[in-house]
Amino acid sequence: MSAILPPSERVWWNQPIDKLEFIWIAIAFVWSLTMFGMMIWWHIYGNQNLANETYKTTKEMFAAKAQAVVDQYTVRTETDKQVPVVKPPAGSDIYLIGRLWDWWPIYELEKGKTYKLHLSAMDYMHGFSLQPQNINIQVHPNYDHVVKITPTQAGTYSIVCNEYCGIGHHTMVGRMYVK
Amino acid sequence: MADQEERIPVMQKWLDNPFLLVFLGVAMPTVLYIVWGVMEIANIPVAR
Amino acid sequence: MATTYRICPRSGLQFDTAAEKLMRFHAVAGVLALLVGGIMALGVILTRWPAIKLLPADTFYMVLTAHGIDMLIFWIIFFEMAVLIFASSTLLRCRLAMPKLAWVASILMVIGAIMTNVAIFQGESSVMFTSYVPMQAKPHFYLGLILFAVGALLICFIFLGTLVVAKAEKTYEGSIPLVTFGALTACIIAIFTIASGAIILIPTFLWSLGYIREIDSLMYRVVWWGLGHSSQQINVSAHVAIWYAIAAIVFGAKPMSEKVSRTAFFLYILFLQLASAHHLLSDPGLSSEWKIVNTSYFMYFAVLASMIHGMTVPGAIEQAQRLKGYNKGLFEWLRKAPWGNPAFSSMFLSLIGFGFLGGISGVMMGAEQLNMLIHNTIYVPGHFHATVVIGTTLAFMGLTYFLVPVLFKREVLFPGFAKIQPYLFGLAMYVVALVMMGAGTLGVSRRHWDMAFAGAPMAYEWPGAAYLMMGLTGIFSCIAIVGGAGWILQIVLSILFGKKLEEGELRSTPIPLTLPAPTTGSKVHPPATPGTMVLALIFLTAFILYYFVNWKYLSSLWGLS
Ligand code: HEM
Ligand SMILES: [Cu+2]
Ligand SMILES: [Cu+2]
Repeated sequence: MSAILPPSERVWWNQPIDKLEFIWIAIAFVWSLTMFGMMIWWHIYGNQNLANETYKTTKEMFAAKAQAVVDQYTVRTETDKQVPVVKPPAGSDIYLIGRLWDWWPIYELEKGKTYKLHLSAMDYMHGFSLQPQNINIQVHPNYDHVVKITPTQAGTYSIVCNEYCGIGHHTMVGRMYVK
Repeated sequence: MADQEERIPVMQKWLDNPFLLVFLGVAMPTVLYIVWGVMEIANIPVAR
Repeated sequence: MATTYRICPRSGLQFDTAAEKLMRFHAVAGVLALLVGGIMALGVILTRWPAIKLLPADTFYMVLTAHGIDMLIFWIIFFEMAVLIFASSTLLRCRLAMPKLAWVASILMVIGAIMTNVAIFQGESSVMFTSYVPMQAKPHFYLGLILFAVGALLICFIFLGTLVVAKAEKTYEGSIPLVTFGALTACIIAIFTIASGAIILIPTFLWSLGYIREIDSLMYRVVWWGLGHSSQQINVSAHVAIWYAIAAIVFGAKPMSEKVSRTAFFLYILFLQLASAHHLLSDPGLSSEWKIVNTSYFMYFAVLASMIHGMTVPGAIEQAQRLKGYNKGLFEWLRKAPWGNPAFSSMFLSLIGFGFLGGISGVMMGAEQLNMLIHNTIYVPGHFHATVVIGTTLAFMGLTYFLVPVLFKREVLFPGFAKIQPYLFGLAMYVVALVMMGAGTLGVSRRHWDMAFAGAPMAYEWPGAAYLMMGLTGIFSCIAIVGGAGWILQIVLSILFGKKLEEGELRSTPIPLTLPAPTTGSKVHPPATPGTMVLALIFLTAFILYYFVNWKYLSSLWGLS
């Protein structure tokens, strides 16, 4: 019963290490460094890196910026709630608001073009979960998170809220079109 | 009893010292995770 | 300090009577929390099972909050306190430092646990165990957690105090046992964990009372996860220590190398807690440098340590078995292991499940960019049911089978059920973890009342496979709940009605440890462990494949920069 007893050798540090054990440690070490390198490598060569560009903002300021884009580029509205569908020019700044309990507005983007998507919340935290792409980003109130996105497939996408935000959490689903 | 005279290696001495370990185990994450992280948040620029 | 010591006739362990009472107290408190959490699990799963959808939304979120807190915080930490006391006073054969203070701490913990539960079940604190601001719970929700944490912190100090007592009173020679060293690791991580908790929960408590106007949500998440994730690292250290303990108790296994195993724990002490960053990889405002250094435990040094433990525990068992003559082929040692002994089978299922399911998925989703694939999906609970249920809970359950006769002095009732219980609970949980991860890979959200989005103007339709996975989660969760409830019933009934066993000799002075003479003279070379190496290589292959499959998946997403 020796793992529950003090080591039987007074100087255990100098005891030799079993050969297979040593080989395993070496393999595990190499694998650890590989995984570490992988994240850095992806920053250089990969195309899916979450931007860290972030600003402190206020709910009013962010809402005003979103409103400005909506006022300028709305092409139609959808559903009973008259959610604006906004078609901004490629390369522009677009603002998505998460609030109890919807994502506002709906954007219509062009395939292959890059947009600067700003994410922020008006009340609690929300979770931006783009389906069926499966891109998931945490959305905070009072922070403006700028993510450059380049849609690569056309289609109709849903934005599910996947951060618990109260009793209506399951009704918080938005939409995004890629043409 | 030659073993008795053998000096205890430094690493073994460190691992036998719980308070040194407590210090390291609290200092490392406090500096690398909490302090660094909080500083980054404090330095986020304000939107205009 | 006048206390007495009891030599357990079944294990030869020596218990300080005061410490023994505390251990029993914490074990029982933990099992009660597990009972409440388990009943809540039933509510959670019968609601998430799309075909049943039992509870209304508000009740579901309340029940889920209670499930998270009672399981993750109360059950596990109460039990861990018992482990700390055991690993210090019992294994070092000395008196517990400051037993009166320990009682004060334990009472605080119980008051805290009750207070938080009351707050949750009053219904206005359904904020999940993470209690992210700006969603607000009632003040006593936070206060209960704070009291619980203060109590736990005091017991950590008592653990350290007991190490000092043992050293001063020379109740052991040389270094502390490896299992105690593992417990020390857990204790150190607990101190950081609880300090982070204090830094964030005390202001949040004041905010809920109206003394502070606002708490920044990002700051909250960073500091809160210093508590939330590090407490999982307490569990890892504690259950790894228990793996070593059970291997030693059941097989008389000797660690392959004290140096390697202790160095691995040392890596845990230095780096394991950085992994709190796992939860912030898809958050704004933190640099990639911070994310990469922290999420990778510096440079995956803590993963390295876990891979070491994952090999040295079965390796030690293989050596012990081979020395007993189970030497045929690669795996006779494993085939001839006592699969009917629930302490062993729990420990082995815990080890394999923790490594293959919890470990691989955890490292995958802990990669900075890959995290985006599963952040906040039900993949995350899938992963941590493999770590904290299969890894920690199952290991604790296995240890309890050993503790009932030794600590509670009762015979375990229903030995037939005990034989299958680890498989029933453990294997069902393997499937639950897997299918939750499957559903999460398809994008299904966690903490979500209705995957059909009833009432949403623009509902999304999940693929049929996602519904299938959630249905399977339902079925296998129910099997796991039967296994878990059976364990609780069995342990409680054994403690109350099991055959009383002999107390053992009571003494007023402790007997110091006497070690077997050092084996320097007649060095038997311990046998090699090819079987364990093969298992380890299978593990590595699965790890590498799964890791790169997910990078491939990531590369198919929209461009993000
Ligand atoms: C048979 C037993 C169990 C079953 C069937 C079960 C089932 C579940 C399910 C389905 C969820 C996800 C709910 C959701 O996100 O919508 C969940 C969440 C959770 N479970 Fe369990 N669980 C069990 C035991 C445990 C144990 C033993 C622990 C801890 C030691 C635990 C800790 C948690 C935690 C921390 C959460 C997260 C709660 C949250 O998101 O706030 N569970 N459980
Ligand atoms: Cu939401
Ligand atoms: Cu939500």
